[in-house]
Amino acid sequence: MNITLKIWRQKSAGAKGRFETYSLSDVLEEMSFLEMLDVLNEQLLREGKDPVMFDNDCREGICGTCSLVINGEPHGPERAATVCQLYMRKFENGDTITIEPWRAGAFPVLRDLAVDRGALDRIIQSGGYVSVKTGGTPDANSIPVAKPDAELAMDAASCIGCGACVAACKNASAMLFVAAKVGQLAHLPQGQPERLPRARAMVAAMDVEGFGACSNTYDCEAACPKEISVSFIQELHRDFRKGLLAGR
Amino acid sequence: MKLDAGTPSGPLETRWMRHREEMKLVNPANKRKFRVLVVGSGLGGGSAAASLAGLGYHVGCFCLQDSPRRAHSIAAQGGINAAKNYPNDGDSIWRLFYDTIKGGDYRSRESNVYRLAEVSNEIIDQCIAQGVPFAREYGGLLANRSFGGAQVSRTFYARGQTGQQLLLGAYSALSRQIHLGAVSMHPRTEMLDLVVKDGRAVGIVTRNVVTGELESWAGDAVVLATGGYGNIYYLSTNAKASNMSACFRAWKRGAGMANPCFVQIHPTCIPMSGEYQSKLTLMSESLRNDGRVWVPKKAGDTRAPGDIPEDERDYYLERRYPSFGNLVPRDVASRAAKMVCDEGRGVGKTGLGVYLDFAEAIERLGEGAVRERYGNLFHMYEEITDEDPYKVPMRIYPAIHYTMGGLWVDYNLMSTIPGLHVIGEANFSDHGANRLGASALMQGLADGYFVLPYTMGHWLATAGPSGIATDDPAFAAVRREVDARIERLVAADGTRSADSLHRELGKLMWNACGMSRTAEGLKDALAKLPGMREEFWKTLKVPGSGEEFNLNLEQAGRVADYYDFAEVMFRDALAREESSGGHFRDEFQTPEGEALRDDENFSHVSVWEYVGADKAPTMHKEELSFEFVTPTTRSYK
Repeated sequence: MNITLKIWRQKSAGAKGRFETYSLSDVLEEMSFLEMLDVLNEQLLREGKDPVMFDNDCREGICGTCSLVINGEPHGPERAATVCQLYMRKFENGDTITIEPWRAGAFPVLRDLAVDRGALDRIIQSGGYVSVKTGGTPDANSIPVAKPDAELAMDAASCIGCGACVAACKNASAMLFVAAKVGQLAHLPQGQPERLPRARAMVAAMDVEGFGACSNTYDCEAACPKEISVSFIQELHRDFRKGLLAGR
Repeated sequence: MKLDAGTPSGPLETRWMRHREEMKLVNPANKRKFRVLVVGSGLGGGSAAASLAGLGYHVGCFCLQDSPRRAHSIAAQGGINAAKNYPNDGDSIWRLFYDTIKGGDYRSRESNVYRLAEVSNEIIDQCIAQGVPFAREYGGLLANRSFGGAQVSRTFYARGQTGQQLLLGAYSALSRQIHLGAVSMHPRTEMLDLVVKDGRAVGIVTRNVVTGELESWAGDAVVLATGGYGNIYYLSTNAKASNMSACFRAWKRGAGMANPCFVQIHPTCIPMSGEYQSKLTLMSESLRNDGRVWVPKKAGDTRAPGDIPEDERDYYLERRYPSFGNLVPRDVASRAAKMVCDEGRGVGKTGLGVYLDFAEAIERLGEGAVRERYGNLFHMYEEITDEDPYKVPMRIYPAIHYTMGGLWVDYNLMSTIPGLHVIGEANFSDHGANRLGASALMQGLADGYFVLPYTMGHWLATAGPSGIATDDPAFAAVRREVDARIERLVAADGTRSADSLHRELGKLMWNACGMSRTAEGLKDALAKLPGMREEFWKTLKVPGSGEEFNLNLEQAGRVADYYDFAEVMFRDALAREESSGGHFRDEFQTPEGEALRDDENFSHVSVWEYVGADKAPTMHKEELSFEFVTPTTRSYK
């Protein structure tokens, strides 16, 4: 099939960006979206033009590196999938596809479609862990976890840190990302000792990084490739308030 | 090149314990005087950086990805082995050791493998303490499942995302140390060379891939945790950015390269569908617990799978290996798939595929239970192939997955360059000629959490501070070489991308050094290589400059290294005149087509030394001795 691509091009963080239009023929429907971009980049190289920079790595939906907004939707039209799991069979001959980077003040564009998501790492660094060192831990089966709690913790833990929730949010809030990490540990006995201070520290770190507040529109959940539930956000609110009242 | 593995002697069960007691210690006040550079942030690098920082050393950690959480360990699906014996099914440290050494076709060190099995239990304890959400039984205790190459259930798992959850555990420990100021983290940073002074590793030179800035880092020890070289084949299950340049640079600086021809080909990957394809996707081996592998009995049978009656199907793994059935080790399952496809019985458009069928499991367990166990894998399969595996059997085919070979290390995980340590997939140490499923996660975390933190102390206490800073002429000299390499790449003004040239090299690798190898094929490949390398430099085009975010430049540098490394792999495969594990030489097989090992002549580790440009590398041998197990013909029948 033949498609037209409108792609955001920006030389560097400080440069001004703009859309460029490219046409691509002989796109096969078995190609993944990123393989289609590989084909475009081969074409641009042959034409002596700069290839389009886009982040990607595992290409199987787990590393969280790929980060494209396709026709206004983070990770594109496929539900519960990252861009690398999107296949061209979802598009039709003659389609025009607009591709942009994640848009958020906390995610500066580095080049073209690649952004800096270091802010998410810094939020985790502020408290997204159980404070244990290596060694000296008790036998694994000495800490039983009820299966429903383990399943909920796993639901939250499946966050891949891609940032689609931020890109989807009109406030560019990282609330779902924070809630997923807080929720994972809140549902496990190992997470209890630091539960309240963790919620407060991570929310504070999110504010410092310049992410917006949550106004409960749930675009984050709709965009999340791992279908993380917004119910974790309600739980985060509760822990945050409890921590505030308890002064912890 | 001196190869002193330094393995302890005495009873196997007490070797590691006694070794730990004999190693030197660094006192807490002195630990902060040492700086350790850890390259890579996966299960090996992430756990090592966090653990070393927790002990009090200054740690610099470098990763190529935009965040340490994205290292390729994240893609591991099925699980992690440990000898906990929670299911009470007869497991023990000895059995895990025995299965691993047998699974590796008796090409690894007894002492190392025993230590791995020994620390496996501590890994599970550690991960639980971190809040890794492993699968549980209704009573709240941990669940286990079985995996290839074992007759006990010793695999711990977190849905089909075990690698992700273990990596996030290591990443959280690393994040905490970054927060505490004990680790300085450098994402989007690629190591381009190792600095060696007076025979000791004293630092690295890196490139910030966003700005192109080159930087020098001095350390009292360097740890490479940079993964394997599976991407030399172009198509593999590895992430796109996974590469071997850091290890290759270290090799050129004097680190021995061990068993480079030992490459694992994973039997359950989604078959290739076209020339544009950028990677192959793995379907976890855990699927073989419930999926049955089959092909039509008749060659050229093009009927839909549902139209082929039961008695016209060949469940060839169950037929050939009744005691292990669908759970034979990876190398055995891969070769068996190749064999039936070579007979013209392969399925799918290309004929390069076999069925992995869940119909029986769905009938036995119900679709709900199958969905709970493998839901995300089935979903992934459907995204890629547009076929519903709940209704139609999956099609699978072997693909390059893991490299058992890697930089040679001694018992303390130190390479032949003093101070340079190598952990995880980047070293060669524990898997011999074939790795069992759910053992890569175990080894990465064993090295990082429970081996290196001890052996690093011994090295630093013995060697003392290096005393070399980045203004030393040794750094300037390496910087000049790095600059010259980048300049040469940027100046390449041909017509083709590194990626398209890499694809061609990958085909040569797969054909000559893939699932089966012959002396003739390897010699032919060796003869073709210089011409292909010349073609690479003549036709390569690298747009842009070295002072910007330039993916083409990064790729070109890695591919250039692959051309040189391919030669080492071919030579190693040629020199090893036997079949063992993942290395299958057509000339050496039993009448039934099984691998035929030659313990008399090849019970050794082949270690290759770089001796200069335009010179063939030299091979050295570390003889393997077996005091506790007797190498036998590996049978899964």
